[in-house]
Amino acid sequence: MAHGDSALLILNQKAVPTTVEKPTIEQETKSEEELDLPWHVVVHNDPVNLMTYVTMVFQRVFGYPREKAERHMLEVHHKGRSILWSGLRERAELYVQQLHGYLLLATLEKVS
Amino acid sequence: MDICRESDALQISDLDPFLAELLRQIPASTNPEGLPAAEQRVFSAPADMKEKQLCSEWKTYVEPELRRLFQSATETVTSDLAQLNGNEKSLRNCTLRIPLDHADAWLNALNQARLVIAAKYAFTESELNDHYHSPVGSRRDLGLFQVNFYGFLQEFILRELDNN
Repeated sequence: MAHGDSALLILNQKAVPTTVEKPTIEQETKSEEELDLPWHVVVHNDPVNLMTYVTMVFQRVFGYPREKAERHMLEVHHKGRSILWSGLRERAELYVQQLHGYLLLATLEKVS
Repeated sequence: MDICRESDALQISDLDPFLAELLRQIPASTNPEGLPAAEQRVFSAPADMKEKQLCSEWKTYVEPELRRLFQSATETVTSDLAQLNGNEKSLRNCTLRIPLDHADAWLNALNQARLVIAAKYAFTESELNDHYHSPVGSRRDLGLFQVNFYGFLQEFILRELDNN
């Protein structure tokens, strides 16, 4: 008897052959490695939002001291974007949601 | 117009009818409906559009929450602006008191309005930075004046929050 890939043949005590279906293993949508990759929280330049407002938002959302918040604000202003935070996706999403609540242009970027 | 801190409120006094009317227009100006560019700006994508699942889930779960947040801020501002009701046709100057605990709602609604107006008229960065723009001569000029006036109010509120 040939053993197929999809079934296992088991002989019980009475030697009656019984077939047991091979369990179906759900394919994971994302590999663990992919899930562990950090994500960046990026804020993009926007000519409408005031510089003082952006600084206040960075202080409130990330708890950064004013100097650090201003440094990021100036990076956004001069370079067009700044990475505000990097880490696990769930927390990064929460930060982006908060930033959108303050109407800042913010996105999540997977670290490549 | 005079603007100052009065114990637990921000007070805008000696408001002439023109500026009072601009304040009354804040709630209506926050509405991005019918303006795709404004809608896209106020509810911007959370990631590159290649992240299809993330963007789609965001639209389903996060965007409604943001809409509620923005709506709530606008309602707070609308209720404060009721102080100006009844003065629409008067040429007398008036006063508006903004409770300090409404400051965040005001910052949010002013920001919504500024973003929607800027998207509506597609103002360039240099236009937005031109604070010495010539007098209002068109609806577009009026829009730019509104963006700058609301920005001035935001600056004042931020300064007072900082001093608080």
